[in-house]
Amino acid sequence: MQKPFSLSASESCPPGFSTVSVHAGEDRQKLADSITDPIICAATFTFPNTQAVIDYIEQKQPREEYGRYGNPGERVVERKLAELDGAQEAILFASGMSAIVGLLMAKLNAGDEVVFFDECYHRSREFCTMHLARFGVVTRQVKACDYDAMEAAVCDKTKLLISESPTNPHLSIVDLDRFVEIGKRHGVETLIDATLATPYNVRPIEYGVDYVLHSATKYLGGHNDLLAGALVGCSEKLEAVRKLRGIMGAINSPHNIYLLTRGLKTFELRMQRQNENGQAMAEFLADHPRVEKVYYPGLETHPYHEVAQRTMSGFGGLITFLLKDADWRQTAAVVDAVRIPRIAPSLGGVESLIEQPLVMSYYECTAEERRQFGIPDNMIRISCGIENTEDLVADLEQALLANA
Amino acid sequence: MRFRTRSIHIGNERDPETGAVVPPIHVASTYVQHRAGEWREFDYSRSGNPTRKNLERTLASLEGGVGALAFASGMAATHCVSMLLESGDHILAGADIYGGTYRLLHQIVKRGGINISLAPSSDLTALEAGITPQTKLLWLESPGNPLMSITDLAAGVELAKRHGIVTAVDNTFATPVLTRPLELGADIVMHSATKYLGGHSDVLGGALIARDPQLLERLGYIQNATGATLGAFDAFLIARGLKTLAVRVREQCRTALRLAEFLNSDARVQRVLYPGLSAHPGREIAARQMDGAFGAMLSFEVAGDLDRAKRVVEATKLFQLAVSLGAVESLIEQPATMSHASYDPADRRAHGINDELIRVSVGLEDFEDLREDLNQALDA
Repeated sequence: MQKPFSLSASESCPPGFSTVSVHAGEDRQKLADSITDPIICAATFTFPNTQAVIDYIEQKQPREEYGRYGNPGERVVERKLAELDGAQEAILFASGMSAIVGLLMAKLNAGDEVVFFDECYHRSREFCTMHLARFGVVTRQVKACDYDAMEAAVCDKTKLLISESPTNPHLSIVDLDRFVEIGKRHGVETLIDATLATPYNVRPIEYGVDYVLHSATKYLGGHNDLLAGALVGCSEKLEAVRKLRGIMGAINSPHNIYLLTRGLKTFELRMQRQNENGQAMAEFLADHPRVEKVYYPGLETHPYHEVAQRTMSGFGGLITFLLKDADWRQTAAVVDAVRIPRIAPSLGGVESLIEQPLVMSYYECTAEERRQFGIPDNMIRISCGIENTEDLVADLEQALLANA
Repeated sequence: MRFRTRSIHIGNERDPETGAVVPPIHVASTYVQHRAGEWREFDYSRSGNPTRKNLERTLASLEGGVGALAFASGMAATHCVSMLLESGDHILAGADIYGGTYRLLHQIVKRGGINISLAPSSDLTALEAGITPQTKLLWLESPGNPLMSITDLAAGVELAKRHGIVTAVDNTFATPVLTRPLELGADIVMHSATKYLGGHSDVLGGALIARDPQLLERLGYIQNATGATLGAFDAFLIARGLKTLAVRVREQCRTALRLAEFLNSDARVQRVLYPGLSAHPGREIAARQMDGAFGAMLSFEVAGDLDRAKRVVEATKLFQLAVSLGAVESLIEQPATMSHASYDPADRRAHGINDELIRVSVGLEDFEDLREDLNQALDA
């Protein structure tokens, strides 16, 4: 059989990003000569005879065994994801959360410590502080992008430095060189959750980050119709993670995997439109009299604009902004008045989504906790889809006017 | 709402029951009724299915029709249109049409006593000369397959109207992103949804979109009575594909134009058929009719014979040797032995489909990668 299409296969002239998205990881000639990979729903894979079982166990013949350990469609999308991030290997999980949990459970033992920047997805934080704590793992949170504080929090028990970039929902951008430097200086591995950036906008592996995490539910799948997560890195370091996934079983289904592979085919086009829509909406909001503040790394006023420009080729479709002189109800009224974005959690799909973080994700927190997490009552987050820019801007404009 | 926004939102309204941002896939074959003889919106999936209905609403919006019907394949949709006719009627079709349409008309529809003739639809005088008192249907395709001839659809429709003839346009190559024939006066638009609408080489489907509610109803009656309807899973995949239709088609057209220019300036290539090239006789009409783009299909002839063309199509590494078109993966084929093999050989030559003709469907890969691939294949 021919080798799967690979970036590294033709180093003299590496293929473009869209070529990789469409072809990488796939065999040129597929089962039944079909142009797309089949969806193989098998829970288990048969052996022709006992010798074949022995050859497999003795690792003489790589192949599938049981669905929890791998599926041919999954290997295709894992190879594609690895190529897109410029990494050796990717491991697919049932969701973004199961991917980060898979890494943490594989790498940490009682007594170990992790340090992470505090602006992050609240469920990742919750897993570390509430659940890893039960197994004797200590979590130290430091202010996002405060590299001195991060370094000061590192001790000889520290095993992993964690951050999102951009962070959610504040869209702070981590200086990957500085982040990696701290890890290297102390011999500590690093993890970047690059869900909001995607490999189209930044490839942290190229900066020396050890592990990259994606909630593939977002831009990678891109159609708001599947859940998936991925961990990307070098094969040696990921071996233990893959083994543990086989035991814990947070695998994805063949149907979902097909939708993810299919979604990746238009990855570049979607990202281009979402980068454009994000920038246009951020600029519109920045000039709007009802807006107090816009968090978007593509704006010159953004505190990390310079880092973003240096490290990212685009700034994504997510925008967070604060409404001027508005309480939570007045803010909610704007959310309720938009006609195109739907009110929903999640982000990165072709359909624009809108939410008020206070209500959607932090409703059960106390006011003090929300202040600590930086979630004011008048904050709105929009995930721009790929609709026409003019439609999205006009819609937001009418929503802001309707409740002025 | 503009085109891209409609392709994402029309027919994809929030599910009222669960709030799901993507409508559920309704796999039911039948629907429970409240009372005997009092039918609710859905009764049996051949007559209507919620997932198919959603797709039909999106398609109607994108083509500017009153409604749409989704079929198991493009051929099933075309066959449905032909069933509007009766024995003794005549169909006049453009000469540059899909080989499968040619076969359907000549081998199947003809058997029902319906007469078929072809005329070059880019030449309005020749087209009009083909009209008989029995002509009931004018079938047009623009750009044509595989010669990329351009038909002035508004003029063709005007001609048909003067003779009281229904016009149907196979809009598969242009897609509603570039051309909306109903806005130009056509009565029916047909699509092989397998191509750009689905866009990912993973579904077969067809569609009809009509401008007049009564005509749509007649077509719907035929569809229900003959049963070549689209399945729910495939309807979902096409609806998913439509969300990126505009961005895909625009990008594919940009790359196709650049590839056409590259081939056009290459000595190994005898002739390039692409409406975006200044030498193409239909360029002016295309520029007016295709919203600033020229499609992502192109054909070219290599210097040599059938075997030479064969060697070229077998030598590409990125373009895959396969029929079909319109998807993210670029494809290459030889019409004489593949997409148009079902033509009568004499007819094929008479209509200018030469043995050395090569047809290319430009996908989403990067232009430079595709150019390099064609460049090396031309040396084969």
